[in-house]
Amino acid sequence: MTKKILLEHAGVSGIETFDVYRKQGGYTAVEKALKTMTPDEVVEEAKKSGVRGRGGAGFPMGMKWGFLAKPEGVPRYLVCNADESEPGTFKDHYLMKTIPHLLVEGMIVASYALGAHKSFIYVRGELLYVIAILEKAIEEAKAQGFLGKNILGTGYDLELVVQPGGGAYICGEETALLESLEGKRGNPRNKPPFPAVKGLYQSPTVVNNVESIANMPWIINNGGEAYAAIGIGRSTGTKLISASGHIKKPGVYEIELGLSVDEFLNSDEYCGGIRNGHHLKALVAGGSSVPILPAHLITKTATGENRLMSYESLSDGGFATGTMLGSGGFIVFDETACIVRNTWNFARFYHHESCGQCSPCREGTGWMEKVLHRIEHGHGSMHDIDLLVDVAKKIEGNTICPLGDAAAWPVASAIRHFRDEFEWHITHPKEATQPGAVYMGDSILV
Amino acid sequence: MTEAPNTVAFTPERLAKAREIIARYPEGRQKSALLPLLHVAQEQWGWLSSEVMDYVAGLLSIQPIEVYEVASFYTMFHLEPVGKHVIEYCRTGPCCLMGGEDVYGYLKQKLGIGAGETTPDGTFTLKEVECLAACGWGPVFQIREKYYMNLTNERIDEIVEELSK
Repeated sequence: MTKKILLEHAGVSGIETFDVYRKQGGYTAVEKALKTMTPDEVVEEAKKSGVRGRGGAGFPMGMKWGFLAKPEGVPRYLVCNADESEPGTFKDHYLMKTIPHLLVEGMIVASYALGAHKSFIYVRGELLYVIAILEKAIEEAKAQGFLGKNILGTGYDLELVVQPGGGAYICGEETALLESLEGKRGNPRNKPPFPAVKGLYQSPTVVNNVESIANMPWIINNGGEAYAAIGIGRSTGTKLISASGHIKKPGVYEIELGLSVDEFLNSDEYCGGIRNGHHLKALVAGGSSVPILPAHLITKTATGENRLMSYESLSDGGFATGTMLGSGGFIVFDETACIVRNTWNFARFYHHESCGQCSPCREGTGWMEKVLHRIEHGHGSMHDIDLLVDVAKKIEGNTICPLGDAAAWPVASAIRHFRDEFEWHITHPKEATQPGAVYMGDSILV
Repeated sequence: MTEAPNTVAFTPERLAKAREIIARYPEGRQKSALLPLLHVAQEQWGWLSSEVMDYVAGLLSIQPIEVYEVASFYTMFHLEPVGKHVIEYCRTGPCCLMGGEDVYGYLKQKLGIGAGETTPDGTFTLKEVECLAACGWGPVFQIREKYYMNLTNERIDEIVEELSK
């Protein structure tokens, strides 16, 4: 049984209210941090915990906090990235609607650590109902003296603002998010300067994912070292995994990092295995942008090691035979899934979501969608496969923000591991375009 | 030159809400209120006409073009009139794995319209959107703030009947 840090009280009736959350030990981290610790001591605990950014990049949060510039007389900002939009990822949505006070408490502790007096939670605009839940939680916390002026008589002031987005995946990229928060189009900024130096309103800013910040109350209550003792190696703590696709029990699960992929996928405590009578064909382990893996590389690495749910183990073998933990969007495909159709679907997503600022991404995502569309619809040629590989290569690394890479990787990896399926679509256009037709040829089923 | 008076205005409640939103941001940063205000405007008028966007620009003391370029960037804002209920269905991978394409096909057939169209009686508009962050509960669509999850043809019959009343 995994140790629960975030979802321990998720099942408690009324946990979305201040009173119940408080009875379960809520807001003790705010008391402890503000009354007994200096801001630097809080930052130190975050560093010791080793907690890594849970939005997808996996950069150590404490280190990110350490980069924050602190010029005299200039306000500093904390912005929570709740723009969760990576296909396959819905953990922050679940966390915020279920235990909104956990995020509010984390925001207070983190804002105190960074010396911020106005902090923002930028929530994707589609989650209007979640915004209402968060605003209610903030109001409750304020009424109890945990937000506003002179919190708990400590002299620390903090205001929390919930900001709605407008429907744009790109705003999950931190500088695009800041542009959007300033009331502009979500075009990512050139870096440097990094947000830690010039972020929101040209002031030093930290942007952290919901789940990252929600770890802070536990870290303060139990210490960074206790957090670092959970998990495996540099993958410390627990991780929320959003499980979807052809499994018996889709949903959001909190796992201790280091759990085996096999156990996560097949045990009844988690996904419960592939839905009845079907077989595992492929997996996207960390949200749509990470490389897709074929069945034989999912529970074992290429060298035969057990594959674990950790940053290191999932990326074992590099992109040749590995993938990434990413945001923890765990999408499972059984043998009825068509890889070509799914790749076209993802390519269409990235084309739709490209902000259009960099030509390799703006044009390249469109080309990839178009070429994949014609392969899927029976009009492809063998040359198209190489063309896709070439376009993906020319986008990767050549854009201001990582959306370009995110668009290139699913296409490149699908061809790397399922090239025969693409070829079959080209050589058997009639069969491939039958409704529900799926290639069963040489794919390895487990 | 005098301009024609702009007759577009928020209701008193929404105007008070708008003022409260604008006050959330630091001095001189009122433009940050743009997205929240566009949501409030869309709630009142259903879609954002150029008159509405000009009105919002006036509230924030910014140029109308600054509103147009933002409203046209974000997919949630409707720049054309829409029906009473806008059904925004997720077309992205995980929902499709759960049979989304069949379910949405049924929905289109039932309403007799395609994506981007409105029923002749003005009750429903269908809009195709990308991932709504509810992949484990797919297929999914949303109508304003409400999410409808684990959709099946039967569920669609119920929802459409309920909303047609």
